[in-house]
Amino acid sequence: MTMTQSAPPAWQERIFTLLKEAGVQQVAYVPDAGHAHVIRRVQADPAMRDIVLTTEEEGVALAAGAWLGGQRAVLLMQSSGVGNCVNMMSLLQSGDFPFLTLVTMRGEHAEFNPWQCPMGRATQGAFELMGVAVQRANTPEEVEELVGAALDAVFQGGQRVAVLLSQRLIGRKQWVAR
Amino acid sequence: MGGTMSADTAVQTIGIDRREFVARLLRACPDALVVTGLGSPSYDCFAAGDSDRCYYLWGAMGGATPMALGLALAQPDRSVMVVTGDGESLMGLGALATVGAHQPPNLTIVVLDNGHFGETGMQRSHTSLGTRLAEVARGCGIARATEVRSLDGVDALARQVAERGGPAFAQVLIRDEAMPRALPPRDGAYVKNRFRRHLGLDPL
Repeated sequence: MTMTQSAPPAWQERIFTLLKEAGVQQVAYVPDAGHAHVIRRVQADPAMRDIVLTTEEEGVALAAGAWLGGQRAVLLMQSSGVGNCVNMMSLLQSGDFPFLTLVTMRGEHAEFNPWQCPMGRATQGAFELMGVAVQRANTPEEVEELVGAALDAVFQGGQRVAVLLSQRLIGRKQWVAR
Repeated sequence: MGGTMSADTAVQTIGIDRREFVARLLRACPDALVVTGLGSPSYDCFAAGDSDRCYYLWGAMGGATPMALGLALAQPDRSVMVVTGDGESLMGLGALATVGAHQPPNLTIVVLDNGHFGETGMQRSHTSLGTRLAEVARGCGIARATEVRSLDGVDALARQVAERGGPAFAQVLIRDEAMPRALPPRDGAYVKNRFRRHLGLDPL
């Protein structure tokens, strides 16, 4: 599989500008193709720091540490990584830390790989069990409003929010030539 | 007890007094910001004197180092120190690779290694069974990784903390003895807010 280098969808660029405008300085991630554009933009921005992780739970702790030190962080991950974060999310509740994560969904719309489905189905529930509010963007138009509102709720209201970027929004992954 | 007892275990029974080491280290690094791993390292730091510059973890096992990384990136002009144990460190071993990848100049990770899970009945940990943490740290790209075998190592370690010349890692071989508990505040939001106030930051 190779990533096509065609122009990214406008909603991906909009996510980057929203993070930038909200003063996010640390962007932690375990990569996913749906986050690739934002990661590239962060890497090219001298005022922002991209932090690649070995597992998503590191990003939960890192975001809390960034807040402790006066910076805003977000965690980018794929739905399969949400389960890796479950116990670490107790830090967010115990310390009442603000937290924002953007999650690209797998295991739902036209999924080719059945191994993605169990965690895809459990993603929203795992967040809610651990006290993180969930919003879901199904269309490009919803992305700006939901990510913008989440940034306000998190960094002004001190909330914990996950925005799910649906697999339909991201588009079908082409596994087999047609 | 199988044939897996290593020479290091013998060293650890005659190892460093953890309370004395931590008290000296915190005294020698009065400006460092500190994140403590759950269990005995949190108690050791609190026993040395409660301070607003310490964030004590009571859970989130494996999270001390990545939390300190976020803090170190946010506070580049301050030295940041993790004080944790071998068990907590082992649960988040990947975080050493993340620190190695990002080379925060102001982060020092201090692992108090007694080779055992002290809070749960002193079961042997992987560092009693073959894992060499300082070598792991070096292999992850943390070049300044040392094993500390005596109390005298505090001074060199404190200089590294103050220098902020690249990430550092110290595996401190402490005695595997249980110490009296010294319990830091358990309200994580309270500790967060006073830590932020120490840095001149509002609660929200």
